[in-house]
Amino acid sequence: MSWPNVAGVMRANAAGANVAGANETLSAPSLQQGLGQAVGGLEPEILQSPILGLSWLDLAAASGLVLLAVGLSRWQRLGLTGSLIVGAIRSVVQLALVGYVLVYIFEIDQWWLVLGALAVMLSVAAREAVRRQEERPLRLYGMTGLALLVGSGFTLFYVSLVVVRIEPWYNPRYLIPLFGMIVGNAMNAAALAHERLAAELRSRRGEVEAYLALGATAARASRGPTRSALRAALIPTVNSLMVVGLVALPGMMTGQILAGVSPLLAIRYQIVVMFMLASAVSVSAVIVVLWNRRLFFTPDEQLRLGSGPV
Amino acid sequence: MAAGTEGSLSTGPETAFRLRNVRQEKSGRVLLRDIDLVIPRGRITVLLGSSGAGKTSLLRLLNRLDDPATGEIAYLDRSLDEYPVTELRRRVGFVFQTPIMFAGSVHDNLREAAEIAGLDEQELPERAREALELAGLDLALEDRPSHELSVGEQQRATLARTLIGDPEVLLLDEPTSALDPESSEFLLDSIRRLRAERGITVLLSTHRHYEAEAIADEAVRLSGGAVEESGEAADVLA
Repeated sequence: MSWPNVAGVMRANAAGANVAGANETLSAPSLQQGLGQAVGGLEPEILQSPILGLSWLDLAAASGLVLLAVGLSRWQRLGLTGSLIVGAIRSVVQLALVGYVLVYIFEIDQWWLVLGALAVMLSVAAREAVRRQEERPLRLYGMTGLALLVGSGFTLFYVSLVVVRIEPWYNPRYLIPLFGMIVGNAMNAAALAHERLAAELRSRRGEVEAYLALGATAARASRGPTRSALRAALIPTVNSLMVVGLVALPGMMTGQILAGVSPLLAIRYQIVVMFMLASAVSVSAVIVVLWNRRLFFTPDEQLRLGSGPV
Repeated sequence: MAAGTEGSLSTGPETAFRLRNVRQEKSGRVLLRDIDLVIPRGRITVLLGSSGAGKTSLLRLLNRLDDPATGEIAYLDRSLDEYPVTELRRRVGFVFQTPIMFAGSVHDNLREAAEIAGLDEQELPERAREALELAGLDLALEDRPSHELSVGEQQRATLARTLIGDPEVLLLDEPTSALDPESSEFLLDSIRRLRAERGITVLLSTHRHYEAEAIADEAVRLSGGAVEESGEAADVLA
């Protein structure tokens, strides 16, 4: 099998191509069709298949599956019937809204609108990461947001300008889904890292104070907990690098394949995605832990963790 | 803690710590109240009191693991917050009630402490040996993983870890509470030697009257977070 330069392939995609063999029910030209055609010129085995469209009627049929779950919940009296129905309705409404917003952003195709969308995604992610913490001083929002901005921003910048080399630089069809994956994973890592840091400092309070009592700085005293927190935040990503493709096919790759892209191209994108997530997760987690660590100490190097002497 | 109180805190040369009107509270609970105390330099002062009397809370103030809610504390005539906090803690060592060893061997523990104290790498072997001897820990245990030590040995190892930085003051929180009588006596001996050989100021808390009698030059009786009595050991413990 030949392996042409992935960046080259993707750059060709980015230039965009006419919709060929598009299903009429999809209004916007899809990424995958663009990929298929551009790649088709380079590599005969990477060819697109026609995409099977989904009508609203098809979706109505799919809702039968939710009704099955509802039926089981009622039968077993799980008390989840209401939540299942509300959840199903919410997914339809939320996804429909996102779909229309994306179509709008793709059609307007302006850099400020794309950056605005990225900013909204970032702030929602920062809020969500902080919301999961037990204690959340106001400063935590800003510090976490900034950590996510640096970690995700750097990774997006590198992937879009160096690896995929998209054109124009703000091409929303690439930036928005890439940033969604990046910031979503960075958010999980940041939340996990901070949560774990708090838990480690609490459970290893004696050790940390033993360091402080010797005259160690907060940074030195919390070295062990910091390391544990970072490991905890990175392990899911490391594990996913290990098992990707063996246990389950990743969502993005599955999506591309379902949409007719050759698995051979889909895996290249997936490889880029895996590496990109490793970077976003590490950078964000490290920044979050190193910055937020200070929140657990007073300026006088005293541990600030609720109540009582040791 | 109020700063700039140097003038009002003038003390004699024999005073290590002076506490004025110190009050400590946490989560709305009063831990210490109206504490006025002078802790003399170069002597062994015992804090005597049942559990909950405020012994630990008081010790924690003296190397600033905590700051008091109100009141003033001075060390060698200077308010505690005038010292860089890490410097103060190097000069005022604190051995906790429950020994907490860092990861690795006893030697690794001593190395960490030596690094924090800013010692040279070359000084380490000599200083480690000295500290272990002063703390009365068998030198053969130096390379033993710290979790293999008994509680008594760990207590000595944490004492050695504190001593390696050559502190002027040693705060010992119920150092014998986890030890059998023999090890306790042995530890108290080490503490007497520390005062005699190094002129170190010792503040030791205990709930055992006989222990206080065995070692104290000065004694402070704490009850319900307040000082009941303080002064020469012979008077207070009588």
